[in-house]
Amino acid sequence: MRNVLLIAGKEIQESLRNRWVLATTLLLAALALTLTLLGSAPTGSVAVQPLGVVIVSLVSLSVLLLPLIALLLSHDSIVGEIERGTMLLLLSYPVGRSQVLLGKFVGHIAVLGFATILGYGIAALVLGTTGTEIDSDSLLAFLTMVMSSVLLGAVFVAIGYLISSLVRERATAAGIAIGVWLAFVVLYDMGLLGLLVIDQGHNISAATLNLLLLANPTDVYRMLNLAGTSGVSTFAGVAALSNAMTLGAVTLLAVLMLWVLLPLLLAAHIFTRREL
Amino acid sequence: MTATIEVTNLAKRYGPVEAVRDVSFALEPGEIVALVGHNGAGKTTLLKLLLGLVRPTAGSVRVLGDDPAAGEFEARRRLGFLPENVSFNPALTGRELLSFYARLKGQSVPDALELLDKVGLGLASSRRLGTYSKGMRQRLGLAQALIGEPRVLLLDEPTSGLDPALRLDFYDIMEVRRASGATVILSSHALAELGDRAGRIIILNQGRMVANGTIDELRHLARLPAKIRCRSTEGNANILSHKLSAAAACRRVNGHTVEIDVLPERKLEILQLVTDLPVSDIDVIPPSLDELYAHFLRAEAAS
Repeated sequence: MRNVLLIAGKEIQESLRNRWVLATTLLLAALALTLTLLGSAPTGSVAVQPLGVVIVSLVSLSVLLLPLIALLLSHDSIVGEIERGTMLLLLSYPVGRSQVLLGKFVGHIAVLGFATILGYGIAALVLGTTGTEIDSDSLLAFLTMVMSSVLLGAVFVAIGYLISSLVRERATAAGIAIGVWLAFVVLYDMGLLGLLVIDQGHNISAATLNLLLLANPTDVYRMLNLAGTSGVSTFAGVAALSNAMTLGAVTLLAVLMLWVLLPLLLAAHIFTRREL
Repeated sequence: MTATIEVTNLAKRYGPVEAVRDVSFALEPGEIVALVGHNGAGKTTLLKLLLGLVRPTAGSVRVLGDDPAAGEFEARRRLGFLPENVSFNPALTGRELLSFYARLKGQSVPDALELLDKVGLGLASSRRLGTYSKGMRQRLGLAQALIGEPRVLLLDEPTSGLDPALRLDFYDIMEVRRASGATVILSSHALAELGDRAGRIIILNQGRMVANGTIDELRHLARLPAKIRCRSTEGNANILSHKLSAAAACRRVNGHTVEIDVLPERKLEILQLVTDLPVSDIDVIPPSLDELYAHFLRAEAAS
């Protein structure tokens, strides 16, 4: 445990030093503020949005951005350190490889969590100071959104480690990371929509659709945040999908956790057996 | 005395490449061991096997009584390692990095930071590692290997990139560690400077151990001729070379110096002969580690 915390501490220290923390926090805060204050600019009006609308906007932002940031942070954690030669030295110390991986994970989640909570928190605070009415329902939805965003980041950090433990070169890891991001964030939903259109509801039952949505962590995250609370789902265009959904928030959270755990365990398994 | 490192019939295969084959040796506390062999001879693989970073295909490794590949961490607390081409994260300072490694080894941080002065990095300790030169990184690498007074030191090409003055410092530090009972293994190409410092020499060739012993034992085994270099008194060089050529193979080096190659058992006989001739100076040069190394490689190739 001590070793895990030591490695997490070093990871955080390095992220602070090379401005990762600063850059990520600023980026998320800037985008969240923009969406909060100018979210309806394309429709011609510039006004502060109600929290429900802000949540919908931030979810769309998070789905794109957090997996990307998480993969950027994690994709070269293992292969990069092996390539630079720092891993060889680290592993000659009395520390287990799964401890190294877990330590990095804790460190990266801390960085990502700090940036997300601070970045989105600022947006919520600004909203509060403008006098927008915030009921407890949408506040809960907002908190769920922030926490599940960190969890979504964790999923892709874990996937990044898995990629990193599998490949021999950093460039390969970067390529695969981009591919994974494209597949989960963009292509999967397009494919799924296409499939539904072609099928016209003949073969794909609601249960199958649920399974297909659970197979993509970004969809789990969307369902959790867009369909979860009534105050939000009225603003979310995808509410049509959620009619068929019977999955509760707890199930969705559990599935997201599973999406963190499985790649992480698999990465640990591969990394422990890898020869340097 | 119990061996600190024991290797039995060790073999490591990477696909079709046999990086280490059938190597066995046991090393005692208080020994400096030179691991010699050219690139690809299996030195680094052997060190990685000793560290437990790769698992042997066959045979066994014991370091301080533990199998390093089994994930037993206790032994690693008393082990120091300096990798070839050591590198660090450029964002941290020397002091931060050494504190991190000291904590990871469960050692006192202030003690570890004193090592920075010992390797001559005291002034640069609060600078970022990105600004360090190759020699400074090497010194920092040495400092981290010395954390916690390790009983086994594994150093891969430790003197590459060090300037001559630092090399001397480096060997002094090694000598202190050896005297306090550590086993020091260093792999190197710099054979000439290792020869008189290493108590034992292990020569690797294509993964096989072709020699293992003190430099005297190796000289004895190799039966390489020593060189006797005689400087004649003024104007007597011709007489000298004439008389000597009758006794052994000899050659003129320049106007007044003659060199003779003698096998170990004839050395005294020839020396006695030489002292009766008109010479002003005699040097006896035993075969160097370079020559021994070349000899063992040739012997290996011939067999």
